[in-house]
Amino acid sequence: MSEPQTNEAQKNEALKNKPSAKKSVKWGEAPKLTILDALYLPAIVSGLATAVRHAVSGKATTRQYPEVEPEIPPNYRGVHRLNRDEAGRVKCVACYMCQTACPANCIEIIAAPAPKDDPHWKDRDKFPATFTIDELRCIYCGMCEEACPVDAIELTSIYDLTGMTREEMIFDKEKLLSVFDETVKTGRDPVRTNRGKLGPAAELSSTAKDAPPPPGRGKSG
Amino acid sequence: MINNLINSLFEYWPVLWPALAAIGVILAVVPFLGLYMTFVERKIAAYVQDRVGPNRVGPFGLFQAIADGIKIFLKEQLIPDHVFTALYFLAPAFSLITAMFALVVMPFGPVATDYKDGFRFIVAPGIDIGILMMLAISSLSAYGIIVGGWASNSKYSIYGAIRSCAQFISYEIPLGLSILGVIAITGSLNIEKIVEAQSGSLFDWNVFWQPVAMLVFFTAALAETNRLPFDLPECEQELVGGFHTEYSGIKFVLYFLAEYTHIVTVSFLTALLFLGGWHFPGLPGPSGASTPILLLGLGVLLAKVSLVVLVIILLRWSLPRFRFDQLMGLAWKGLIPLGLVNLVGVAIVLSLGLPKHLLIATVILPVLGAYYSAAKFNASTAIPNATRQGLSPQGAVSYE
Ligand code: SF4
Ligand code: SF4
Repeated sequence: MSEPQTNEAQKNEALKNKPSAKKSVKWGEAPKLTILDALYLPAIVSGLATAVRHAVSGKATTRQYPEVEPEIPPNYRGVHRLNRDEAGRVKCVACYMCQTACPANCIEIIAAPAPKDDPHWKDRDKFPATFTIDELRCIYCGMCEEACPVDAIELTSIYDLTGMTREEMIFDKEKLLSVFDETVKTGRDPVRTNRGKLGPAAELSSTAKDAPPPPGRGKSG
Repeated sequence: MINNLINSLFEYWPVLWPALAAIGVILAVVPFLGLYMTFVERKIAAYVQDRVGPNRVGPFGLFQAIADGIKIFLKEQLIPDHVFTALYFLAPAFSLITAMFALVVMPFGPVATDYKDGFRFIVAPGIDIGILMMLAISSLSAYGIIVGGWASNSKYSIYGAIRSCAQFISYEIPLGLSILGVIAITGSLNIEKIVEAQSGSLFDWNVFWQPVAMLVFFTAALAETNRLPFDLPECEQELVGGFHTEYSGIKFVLYFLAEYTHIVTVSFLTALLFLGGWHFPGLPGPSGASTPILLLGLGVLLAKVSLVVLVIILLRWSLPRFRFDQLMGLAWKGLIPLGLVNLVGVAIVLSLGLPKHLLIATVILPVLGAYYSAAKFNASTAIPNATRQGLSPQGAVSYE
């Protein structure tokens, strides 16, 4: 073999120092094509075989919806309901917590003092005179439920809410209470709240003096 | 003048009525078939994808096709502002007319080659250029697509039309080449005679001595129908709807029917030219046959056609779409050379008077082609040794 020319040798030397010439370089190569691959036909036949195998397997994953209802997880957030207490009164104390918490601004409450002379209401101070939720505007985030101190508002697992007009989708107090009456029978109460027991704030009112101070505040705070 | 016309009508009535009856059968059956092929296709697609498919309208969803038909006829006629109105209306009609016209020379049941009077399963029996006319007419349907794309005056449509044009021109050639071998051995362009030549044993079917021609024919014919994996002219992901982007309602249905008529044509042609038509071992031929035998032959032909239709539908759900250069490459670098070499083989066998079953050896051709293309591909992707040693940076892929 003859000596390579000087500038050729220099060029080779320079190339040898390039990163691609280092020992650490791993070479990625395209997989080799075999005759069968290049013929296409075996691949087509195996594709057809896959299609036929699925077609004759008879295992459809389709659920026939209106007849077979899906299983809704218990913590699903669907249509709201307004809970009733043991006496059948609306449990809501019109504290506006949910309305304040709602990021979609779809709750509207007008509070009224409870009729003190009525024996039915004598242990209550306030109650919601009107309580409307725009179900179209709601994003079903569950903030209202979390904010409510007495677990009066809850999201049920009703998922198939429809309506023909926008007005129909604005739920008032009666409608929300009727959702409670309907869903309470099914035994599928929402799991996030205290399932009809009084919430922590209600308990706090009777034991306020003995309760430890809220975290981060002094006794006097 | 009018009297003369009526007189000659009466005079020719015995030869006229079978043709009219056959036309009636085609006009009645083909749109219905098109409608129900959409249903069958949806069902098969569903089964392939582990779904159920249409099952609400009628028993097993059988009336879905009719409901679809009614719906689409009642749809709003949307005419965009920017279209060339006359051509816009003409194009879908043209598409369907050419698709249906090609059926004139196609026997849809057993037809004897002695052509007695009376009802026959063909509109125009004994056309000696049958297959040629069929090819000529069905390639005219590209015209409907191109005119439609042009008249729509929209980018997507014209792109679809241009693609369709290129595709039709490319795939006409292998289509013709693949049929040439069959024609050369039969010595006739008449479809009934070609089928007649396949009577006798199972191995007289053309597919058993012309497998490559069958492969090329089927691929090219599938491309002519604009279906997956060859549906470049209307691929949704790139071109919205391709040439029928601007079409809606009944005009869209015409295009749709034309496409399904093409599938019917292609399936019939495959069955007639390669799968022995209405012949089946043990079944007597149609000449002088009684009605039950004829009906049996009809059943055999329809069974073969359904088989081809089934394969076409299944192919749609198992193959991805081609890239456009791959599409062109398949025609010009794959099918046309295959068809040409196959034709040379037929010519050699014919001129030396060898038995035609020697042509089964042509299956070696695609294998050779595959060997060549695999070797070429592997050579093109291999990393040269000089690069490995760092002597040339070309082709280097490093993962440092
Ligand atoms: S779920 Fe969310 S958006 Fe809906 S009412 Fe409650 S807080 Fe508002
Ligand atoms: S947070 Fe609860 S108690 Fe307060 S207004 Fe809303 S529903 Fe009523």
